[in-house]
Amino acid sequence: MAEEKLLLNVDKWIDNYADYMYNYAIVRVNDSDLAKDLVQDTFFAGLKSAKNFQGKSTERTWLISILKRKIIDHYRKINSKKGQAEVRMNFYDDGENEGNWLEERVPQSWENQLEKSVENDELKKQLSSCIEALPEKYAMVFRMKTIQEFETEEICKELDITSSNLWVIIHRARTQLRKCMEDNWFNN
Amino acid sequence: MFKNLRITCDEATMICDKSQYGASTLLNRLKLNIHFIGCKKCILYTKQNVKLTDLYKGYSHSCKGEKHTLSSEDKEALKKTFKLKS
Repeated sequence: MAEEKLLLNVDKWIDNYADYMYNYAIVRVNDSDLAKDLVQDTFFAGLKSAKNFQGKSTERTWLISILKRKIIDHYRKINSKKGQAEVRMNFYDDGENEGNWLEERVPQSWENQLEKSVENDELKKQLSSCIEALPEKYAMVFRMKTIQEFETEEICKELDITSSNLWVIIHRARTQLRKCMEDNWFNN
Repeated sequence: MFKNLRITCDEATMICDKSQYGASTLLNRLKLNIHFIGCKKCILYTKQNVKLTDLYKGYSHSCKGEKHTLSSEDKEALKKTFKLKS
């Protein structure tokens, strides 16, 4: 065991990798406390399975692979969570109107669109709060795709979802966001 | 044949959303344009969706460059907990 541990410089993990791992986690989960927990859990898991480290990759790559697994676990947890933020329907889901806009969700003209599109802190705050109002898994996928601009394949791999799954989430997120910006920014 | 080109508003807006990331096919864009002939609601959705893309692009630029780091207090706390476990 002592010999195996020599391959890893455990005492230096926090100094060497904590910031990198925290940054990696927070751009995916967008929650500081959660990102800290994930980093801590990763270090503990790394320590526990130190004997499995064969030195084929760098320490950092090895730790990141553990962190990735923790992020997938978190995504699965929020994916299966019942009673999370309400998912508002935008279209009839059955009957002869199936697939048509629900009356109360039909897009309305936006007032003062030009004036309200000037980039400023208020606008940023509103854009951010509309993302936060989404169910957590929608927010996570939307952020990774639109804000962090990750490739579709990368997100699918990291969250272990299919691309059609990803596009359904993006579609639902964007219809919600459009409505949120309409109600709270453009026509407010 | 034309029946295959007809889509619902839900499908039309899905294509529109994918287009925002350059991920829609030519056939789907054709279906979307045919849908537009009879649907002002989806035309408006599309215009607003493009605007939304612009807004989130600006937001993305301001977020992406940010480097997030742990505070020295956080690191010390982490070291303490880690020491207990190791």
